[in-house]
Amino acid sequence: MSFNIVVLAKQVIDPEAPSASYRIDGSAGKLEVDSSQKIAPVINGFCENAIEAALQIKEAVGDATVSVISAGSDFVMDVMKKAVSMGSDEMYLLQDEKFSNLNDSSITAKLLATAIQKIGEYDLVLAGMQASDWDQAQVPLGIAEILGVPCVPIARKIEIKDGRAICERATDAGYETVSAPLPSVITVNNEFGQPRYPTLRNIMAAARKTPITWDAAELGLSDDDLSPRIKIVDLFIPEKQSQCEIIEGEDEEEMGRNLALKMREAKLI
Amino acid sequence: MSEILLVGEVNGGNLAEATAELIAHGKPLAESLTSSISVALLDQDSTSAAQEAISQGADKVYNIKDSLLGTYQTDAYLASLAKLIQEINPIAVLISKTEIGADIGARLAFRVDTGIVQDCIEVSVNSDNKIQANRPVFGGNCMATVVCESTPMMALIRPKTKEALEADTSRSGDVVDYNADLDESVIKNQVVERVEEVQEGIRLEDAARIVGGGRGMNGPEPFDNELKDLADTMGAAIGASRAAVDIGWVPYSYQIGLTGKKVAPDLYLLVGISGASQHMAGCSGSKNLVAINKDPDANIFRDARFGVVGDWEKVLPALTQQLKELM
Repeated sequence: MSFNIVVLAKQVIDPEAPSASYRIDGSAGKLEVDSSQKIAPVINGFCENAIEAALQIKEAVGDATVSVISAGSDFVMDVMKKAVSMGSDEMYLLQDEKFSNLNDSSITAKLLATAIQKIGEYDLVLAGMQASDWDQAQVPLGIAEILGVPCVPIARKIEIKDGRAICERATDAGYETVSAPLPSVITVNNEFGQPRYPTLRNIMAAARKTPITWDAAELGLSDDDLSPRIKIVDLFIPEKQSQCEIIEGEDEEEMGRNLALKMREAKLI
Repeated sequence: MSEILLVGEVNGGNLAEATAELIAHGKPLAESLTSSISVALLDQDSTSAAQEAISQGADKVYNIKDSLLGTYQTDAYLASLAKLIQEINPIAVLISKTEIGADIGARLAFRVDTGIVQDCIEVSVNSDNKIQANRPVFGGNCMATVVCESTPMMALIRPKTKEALEADTSRSGDVVDYNADLDESVIKNQVVERVEEVQEGIRLEDAARIVGGGRGMNGPEPFDNELKDLADTMGAAIGASRAAVDIGWVPYSYQIGLTGKKVAPDLYLLVGISGASQHMAGCSGSKNLVAINKDPDANIFRDARFGVVGDWEKVLPALTQQLKELM
């Protein structure tokens, strides 16, 4: 029987976009990039790590299906297609006006969990450890709770063996090896190696694939299901004043020596 | 009187510093909400820690006991805390974003069917008597003010964002034993082994001085040579930016930043790190930043107190040599 992997992938504002390009609606809790800047969104970095991890697991177990799933209102297909052209088999897009600006993880987790159940059989749900926009690191953990399955956050290595996922997860001191029964939800960090580049063959295959899209009604979600538990009431860019003293010198060696003297003078060492 | 429940931690028999800070965050909220501060401790043997929590400002301590507790295990911790919360029905739950707090915070919120504000650096009570928090978003480029709209109101608070209160050993409070009475079936994951990847020298989180390397190091070698020489001379720990970890030069345990370790040393010397907000989010509590970078426009020069615009390959050996003579 095929091994089913669901990977969560999120379209985010390019984290390299300068804050000067932000257009902020504070009371609506909404942040966009000024469209005149022509800065395309990207797939969240850790989500690409999760897709890479899924493809590595697929190669290891042989017969596996990798389904990518994402929720939002405004997908840029050129960006999202990368998830498929990296080598995934299916793509599900949960798309609805009601899913715009998903900054309350309890709603995001609920709709993704509902979709995972609708897809049906799954052995493994993979996700990035954190998204670079709202930085909450909790949607996958919430999904595990809603589905009532085990969860292993921040894995750096995953092996599937005898119906369990044997994970090495990063800890402050090093790592721990955790064995979780399947199905389970696992989030990954950036130690799975560089996410692979789409091959020409996969790009062509992806172009022929049409994502399956579901809206709130098709997921059976009522407005009540989508009521917020936390609410952003303001968004702002903190002010910063620079007061850096640049250390001078004849050459870089002297700058180095002068820096040492300056740090001593300021009692930093 | 309603309670604000704080999830406490014990380190080597003593109350963790992060928990003392969490009490300091909780105190003003308790005042505004006319609530008391309760701390849950899950160490099997934490009598002195309970007294310490009270000295730090707690009114009550729940010593959660169960044979499945002891060494940290997520499932057991989650199950017992969820049980306690459902039983005492606190108005709010505060957790430090330590390694354990980050692991349980979100899941605990979902399990008790409420929302949680992640990674707060400031918490207060608004005019509707709701807890609101400021938290960095978009890699620290932006700050969001977030209000808890469901109960219990929950917040995960970043450590080192508030100083602990002065301990007052004359304070008294209740210490209550709470038997979690867990069923073994709550344990889903098995921890097979825990491995400490000993970074030579000082732990990053505890270090008073840190030397960090980024993409500008151009390879893994300097982490074992020039950076290490400098760190050894200064008595500093070595850290890295996410870029250096992504490329594979050093393991994740070196990573400082939003998605790595949060550090707050007296001195952080950054070499070849541009100062992207994702990195700065992990070291914003540092008292003094010193930067060496060959790009004069690097963001890091906006945050640093002292800067050298130059090539580290030339600057570092001279800096290290001069420091050796001074120290």
